[in-house]
Amino acid sequence: MKTIKLKINGIETEAPDRTPLLQAAERMGIRIPTLCHHPLLEPYGVCRICTVEVRIRNRVRMVTACNYPVTNGIEVFTDSERVRRNRRMILEWMLARCGHVPVLNRLAEEYGVTEPRFGRGDDDCILCGLCVKVCSEVVGANVLGFFDRGPNRTVSTAYDRTSDRCITCGACAQVCPTGAIRIKDDQEGIYQAMPMGPLTSINIDFMQAVPRKAVIDRDSCIHFKTGKCQVCVDVCEAKAIDHKQEDRVEEVEVGTILLTTGFQLQDPRVLKEYGYGKYKNIMTSLDFEVLNNAGGPTAGKILTADGKVPKSIGIVHCVGSRDQKYHEYCSRVCCMYALKFAHLIKEKIHGCEVYNFYIDMRCFGKGYEEFYNRLLREGVNFVRGKVAEINDAALDPSEEGKLIMRAEDTMIGVVRRIPVDMVVLCLAMEAKPEAKHLSHLFSCSTGKDGFFTEKHPKLAPVSTPADGIFIAGACQGPKDIPDTVAQAGAAASAALSLIQRGEVETEAVTATIQEEMCSGCQICVGVCPYTAITYDKGKNKSSINDALCKGCGTCVAACPAGAAYQKHFRDQQIFAEIDGILAI
Amino acid sequence: MSSTPDNFEPRIVAFLCNWCSYTGADLAGISRMNYPANVRAIRLMCSGSVKPFFIMSALHKGADGVLIGGCHIGDCHYQTGNHLTKKRIPITRELLGALGIDPRRVRLEWISAAEGQEFAEVIHEFVKELKALGPNPLAGGDHAH
Repeated sequence: MKTIKLKINGIETEAPDRTPLLQAAERMGIRIPTLCHHPLLEPYGVCRICTVEVRIRNRVRMVTACNYPVTNGIEVFTDSERVRRNRRMILEWMLARCGHVPVLNRLAEEYGVTEPRFGRGDDDCILCGLCVKVCSEVVGANVLGFFDRGPNRTVSTAYDRTSDRCITCGACAQVCPTGAIRIKDDQEGIYQAMPMGPLTSINIDFMQAVPRKAVIDRDSCIHFKTGKCQVCVDVCEAKAIDHKQEDRVEEVEVGTILLTTGFQLQDPRVLKEYGYGKYKNIMTSLDFEVLNNAGGPTAGKILTADGKVPKSIGIVHCVGSRDQKYHEYCSRVCCMYALKFAHLIKEKIHGCEVYNFYIDMRCFGKGYEEFYNRLLREGVNFVRGKVAEINDAALDPSEEGKLIMRAEDTMIGVVRRIPVDMVVLCLAMEAKPEAKHLSHLFSCSTGKDGFFTEKHPKLAPVSTPADGIFIAGACQGPKDIPDTVAQAGAAASAALSLIQRGEVETEAVTATIQEEMCSGCQICVGVCPYTAITYDKGKNKSSINDALCKGCGTCVAACPAGAAYQKHFRDQQIFAEIDGILAI
Repeated sequence: MSSTPDNFEPRIVAFLCNWCSYTGADLAGISRMNYPANVRAIRLMCSGSVKPFFIMSALHKGADGVLIGGCHIGDCHYQTGNHLTKKRIPITRELLGALGIDPRRVRLEWISAAEGQEFAEVIHEFVKELKALGPNPLAGGDHAH
């Protein structure tokens, strides 16, 4: 593009031909006040505050900088007396409509308008049109528009009704310079306003996510609702955003597979006695992790749903674990993270009482018992007993709004009733419901709790009965991070050693068909799950491919002629075994 | 018949599949679970490779009961091996009935590798049942205890 020369406030500069004057000034670091300009939107020139003085040859004109294209040789004054006089006038007119809008009053102060001659109106909307333009140009919902004319002009939705087309994206409220548009929140509490989840449509799953890449949430992204927006595409300097990407199913051929499908947290609603979802301020351990996280909704402050700092917090161990009604097993990690929570609460909230309700303290790892002892010294309360119930039945006004925890303290042999401001439920780690399906897919098995079963609990803890398929992590059973890392390392090296060798041992116990005895009935062909048996029509005989045969022996049992036999499991060998074991 | 019902200890031949029931039996052992010593296991790769002839032979040679243990349907290491077992064993039992042998002496159970407890329970139950049935009439006097 052609570059032209111009002068702004007496300083010579260059700019591409026909760029908006505002942009050219900004590039030089000269600020021109605007109210209706937004870099994502087409210039509109409606607020007139950016009015500047432009001299072309000998003609002087007052123009709006946001939509005035620069041309060669022009001279611009952005802050001359005439410009300031003009802006004062515009501000006075604006104040006549919106006398109490902070952004106008700041500008008025800057330009010395103290007593506007036309009085101060009570409207909030300065009619800059940013919301209307963002709704149509960026979002594409076309919900907002201008209505009526002259002094009656307003911004609204059609017929002043709530529009079905509004997708509640909040873009209008965000661009509004005066705060005249607010998103009405029907729900209460800070967690509703700042949900425990991603706050924007584009987010990085969590700080430690691997790979740490931003993804777009299709369900909340404006582009996938209206087909417009794509502001992120313009903003992204790396040009990495592609809205056209689709989910793909890819087939990858591999030699070994690691199953590391993890666990899920038990649904807290199943345990009705703990009132999750019924009362405020009862949260799962993962909710608490989010709340406590510096990147969380409260920036790491531990606050109740009303935004208050809790004075007492109850932590319930073994929720759903070690419980005949739900899971008999111990979830293994809860004791230690419950202690961590207690420690962090004590660290963050001075004087907060923390109650840990436990059955047994299971501090099994290196340095764990020491940590428990440290917490005892820090003044965390430990109540040995299972919480029977959590409710909000206050006995006196001081207990209003608190959660009442009832538990038998088996150390002192009394039933205790402890009012707290917040409750954390340490829920059981359970196998994912899809684990059963996966176990069928990968020919490994699941135990009665639904976790994958290892080939041998001591000698082959990362292998499965299926060759080349390994398991690691919480899909095999509840375990903490150090154990998971250790097991994952073992599984990875077991897989690598198979790959490194470059060859696999084929099954030794394959079946064979003795040709002279085969009658060609093909029953074996039908029963073989691996299509390892082929029938030779010319010879009228079946034969087994050794590389495909896995040695199940079903063909052997099915063969009516006794032509098929399985190495190491020949009939004579079985009969000898029967003889042997019945001889004693 | 030299044995009396009081001291009769049935002998069970168990054909267990390598992947589920044999491992399940192993687990029962590793977990130090108690079950009667009346069972003698023969490991096969799959319950689908149990020939009816094996069952007949075991009974003929004096076993009081035969247990066939396989993976749960859908869990078979060989995908569909136990589907054949599921069809084959009832037919075998029917045949035994026709031969005058109580079909209750042949039992088919699905025991997974994680079900050591179930294996022990099955043996307990089977031994109890066989004690009620008495010795295998095919067993010679010198075989019975």
